[in-house]
Amino acid sequence: MRLIKQNIERDGSGTITLFPEEPEDMWHAYNLIAPTDLLRASAIRRVTTESSTGSTSSTRVHITLLIQVTSIDFDPQAGQLHVSGRVAEENKWVKVGAYHTLDLELQRNFTLEKSEGWDSVSLDVVREAVKEDKEGTVPAVVMQEGLANICLITEHQTVLKQRIETSIPRKRSGRAGEHDKALTRFYQVTLETLLRHVDITQPRPLLLASPGFTAAGFQKYIIDEATRTGNKALLSNKSNFVVVHSSSGHLHSLNEVLKSPEVLAKLKDTKYARETRLMDEFMALLRKDDGKAWYGPSEVEKAVEKGAVGRGGGVLLISNALFRSQEIGTRKRWVTLVDKVKEGGGDARVLSSDHESGKRLEGLGGIAAILTFPLEDLDEEDEATPDQIDHTPVV
Amino acid sequence: MSRHKLVKSLDLDDELEDYDGGDDYGDEDGESYGTENLRLGTIKVRELLPQGSGHINDKQIQEALWHYYYDVDKSVAYLRKEYMAKPKKEQKKATGGSRSSFQPHMHERRVGPFSFSDFFKDMPWLNVPKDRQAVFIAPLYPRGGLLGGSSDDAPKMSKLQALAAARKKKAQEQKLNGASGMERPMAELSLSDRANCSADKIESPMATSTMKQSSRGFPLRKRKNSDPHEIPAKPVSRMEQMSNSDDNANTALLSLELDQAEPSAFASTMFNSKDRSSPRPSPDDVVIAAQSKGVLKTTGEKKTDQITANVEALKVDDTRRATSKNLDVLKEFEKVAKKNEANFVVIGHVDAGKSTLMGRLLYDLKVVDQRTIDRYRRDAEKMGKSSFALAWVLDQGTEERSRGVTIDIAVNKFSTDKTNFTILDAPGHQDFIPNMIAGASQADFAVLVIDASTGAFESGLRGQTKEHALLVRSMGVSRIIIAVNKLETVSWSQERFDEISQQVSAFLSSAGFQPKNIAFIPCSGLHGDNIVRRSTEPALTSWYSGSTLVEELDKSEPVTRALDKPLRITIGDIFRGGVQNPLSVSGRIESGSLQVGDALLTQPATQKCFIKALEVDSEPADWAVAGQNVTLHLSDIDPIHLKIGDLLCSPSSPIINIKEFKAKVLAFEFLTPMQIDVHRGRLHTTGKIREISSLLDKVTGATAGKKRPRIVKPGQLARVIVELETAAPLEPPGRVVLRSNGATVAAGLLE
Repeated sequence: MRLIKQNIERDGSGTITLFPEEPEDMWHAYNLIAPTDLLRASAIRRVTTESSTGSTSSTRVHITLLIQVTSIDFDPQAGQLHVSGRVAEENKWVKVGAYHTLDLELQRNFTLEKSEGWDSVSLDVVREAVKEDKEGTVPAVVMQEGLANICLITEHQTVLKQRIETSIPRKRSGRAGEHDKALTRFYQVTLETLLRHVDITQPRPLLLASPGFTAAGFQKYIIDEATRTGNKALLSNKSNFVVVHSSSGHLHSLNEVLKSPEVLAKLKDTKYARETRLMDEFMALLRKDDGKAWYGPSEVEKAVEKGAVGRGGGVLLISNALFRSQEIGTRKRWVTLVDKVKEGGGDARVLSSDHESGKRLEGLGGIAAILTFPLEDLDEEDEATPDQIDHTPVV
Repeated sequence: MSRHKLVKSLDLDDELEDYDGGDDYGDEDGESYGTENLRLGTIKVRELLPQGSGHINDKQIQEALWHYYYDVDKSVAYLRKEYMAKPKKEQKKATGGSRSSFQPHMHERRVGPFSFSDFFKDMPWLNVPKDRQAVFIAPLYPRGGLLGGSSDDAPKMSKLQALAAARKKKAQEQKLNGASGMERPMAELSLSDRANCSADKIESPMATSTMKQSSRGFPLRKRKNSDPHEIPAKPVSRMEQMSNSDDNANTALLSLELDQAEPSAFASTMFNSKDRSSPRPSPDDVVIAAQSKGVLKTTGEKKTDQITANVEALKVDDTRRATSKNLDVLKEFEKVAKKNEANFVVIGHVDAGKSTLMGRLLYDLKVVDQRTIDRYRRDAEKMGKSSFALAWVLDQGTEERSRGVTIDIAVNKFSTDKTNFTILDAPGHQDFIPNMIAGASQADFAVLVIDASTGAFESGLRGQTKEHALLVRSMGVSRIIIAVNKLETVSWSQERFDEISQQVSAFLSSAGFQPKNIAFIPCSGLHGDNIVRRSTEPALTSWYSGSTLVEELDKSEPVTRALDKPLRITIGDIFRGGVQNPLSVSGRIESGSLQVGDALLTQPATQKCFIKALEVDSEPADWAVAGQNVTLHLSDIDPIHLKIGDLLCSPSSPIINIKEFKAKVLAFEFLTPMQIDVHRGRLHTTGKIREISSLLDKVTGATAGKKRPRIVKPGQLARVIVELETAAPLEPPGRVVLRSNGATVAAGLLE
């Protein structure tokens, strides 16, 4: 994403014009655009005109529309963002109040004006989005016998590209061949699918993770196939195929993958590796049960109030799904919390809900904190009113 | 020609008309005479017929005899002329008047106190033309005309009449030929069956209607005779029919019974709709009624299931679905005096010697022959793993052999005098615990193998020894035998054995095993000491004189089976059973019973399928009950609807796919709201703990401590709500194991 123009007043009002360059940028836009915001982007609209004789003709016109956003729909697999809303500025073709759905396109500017003004979190998102030194995408295959998940780990997202499920007969006495045949077929399907989604000849790591020997077998199959077909590009890249252990072939095993020394050696300081590390740290503290790790919205809020998430190790972990809340008030609540922690000298980390670590955090209510000093019984008086947090389901 | 076409081309009215006609002559008295004559005549004709007349069947002989009024010579001459020369013309030659001539019950009119064949025997003038013969008889026995009141058979008919009759006969015969592929069992034969299955006679309305339909639409049968009992699946040969009629003159009618099988489901439906005599409930009603009856299947349910399914599908499918024998499986099971059956799972840390121990057991019990072992030994030596030879008996996979670890459960059988055992050899490696869970879920008790060699026991106890023991306990296994293996490496030291026993029993009793259900046996899998044969090692016999492993196994008590619960099978494997059975599944019946022909429902796909055939312990069988390991050959389902871990249940009491469940779990690790793998037998799915509802008191099970605790510590009992990623067939009181990051975090019961 490129920042084309920034015009923000002291009070946070104003507009930002951005230029998305790659599909990942749509993810940032998805986190940036909220309902009631004003969005200006180019659109194609079908316009029906009626002639004096009463006959109608419809034409498609390229226009720039300003809409007030009502809902956002993000397709992570295709990297497409559809923003629907009502037209807020009249022009020759469209009346005010008419509905339109903008499909944000790559390589086309869009301009955004926040209805509530630009707060710290949204400015952070912009900063993150326009960052130059991008970390590369890492493809990974998490598999077990008969199941493979092909996914792309980008800086901010883990995108599941394809799930492959085949039935592999179990071993039975005297029928070992059947199992081997089915396994080879499974490798074949997985490789074909992988090649369709990912260019594995690029010099970047390809993570193959599985329990047992499935991943190793698959790695061997890829190399054997490349040798057989004489695929030099693939063969020269084989040192980048990393076999990692995971406990199952389901996607959530990815956290084990990202923790493994093989992966850390290659991708040490990527954002998702950091996020995973943070979550593990939190979990370890939680296990100690010494009152230094708390999760859940009201508990964390109380801890922040008491100044426990401050200088010297205080970390607030918050899923960005919370900021996508449809309700303005809810979003404001979290933004204030983040600001407060930052003021107090603590570290506020917004974890991507589309990463494995973010998913783990989401299980804990989307928010957790590592405190600088232990606090007990933050959840005591809370029992009568179980906390309801409103966060939109994550795609 | 497909049978459906035949059915379609059947002239129903015509058939019904004939049928009514046949009924008028059902006079039992006369029949026996005529039949007796026919029978004697047939024998005589057979004697007189030259060699090579084998293709002439009894029916034809009887027909000829009937034509010539039991004149054997004439019949022989006629048969030779007709069938020996050009057998194909037989049908055309049949005379019009004899349309139903080989039906003895229509002949009573001319049966007198004497037999014609006897009377005119050896008379040279017997070669009289047909017409004269007929004239001869007519005055003696006037009868009601079969065709237009004519007092006699063919000869008296006008040419036109004869032609019409001939045509009719031809058409009829064609139909019969069409049906002759299937054979109709005789009432007499089914008498024995009836005795067998009298237990099965739950006289439901559906059952009777089923019979009706089989008697219906086959006009040449007498209505009186319709056997109100089920039709045996095995066809009855003509010869059998003949011999049987010899035995029993009373059932003369049967000797000439036509060969007909029960109508196809399709045909029955066709005819049922025309059945005016007994208004039947619609197939839908029947299905609903049957379903309301619950698990115990009745004749009607299955039949109508098939019928409705067929009608719904209405596709031309010539392969017949296996018909149910409608056994009362539970009664059958009671009848079979069986040996005890027990499944046990072999567990323990990786490389404790589980597979080798079991290989040794099978070898010593002569389940595996010497030659096979020698071959394994040779091959293993080639790979430089000679000590693995015995394990190869169970580790059959190529990868398992090359890597020297068990990957998947191996199932083997052996039997002692008392019990038939099924071994489930579990993998010890941490990565394959899902497979071990699948095996343990089928086990009645467990054999825990412990490596006694220095250091190995200690690392095992930290590793899978502990996890496996906890897992089997939480899956409901209460009896455990501990085989302290590789004791020869510590020179059969009693101190080592005692030390291990002490530590392990302390741990096991804390895991919830009762001391009386724990047994320790010192043994060596590699050498075979104390497995089947008692050890002769003086170092061991000096301090141990207890039972061997097999003796200890034999002490297992029979387990109760959930026979009367609804049918549940978790699919353990899906494979191609062969050319005949493109889709076969195997698994252990968890509860209920089934038999060939049953309809099943697969979950979570919610697809209906049928059991084409089934095998119990690799032997073909007609039925199976809970506790048995079965292979089911399925029909009417596409393999894509099935995957390992799916559940088969009966359509009348299906299991529901659920997206979320509440469970009472014992935590092995810290539990927070987190992502987990859910295991239930082979079923392996993912989900997350959405909420920890409460902590529970370990003794009373009552809610204890805070509501909605933040975290559950190891050893605590808690009630949690688990949300699944995809709906899965689970129901209380299912036992689930929750795992996360390769470790078992909790196990418990669905609520």
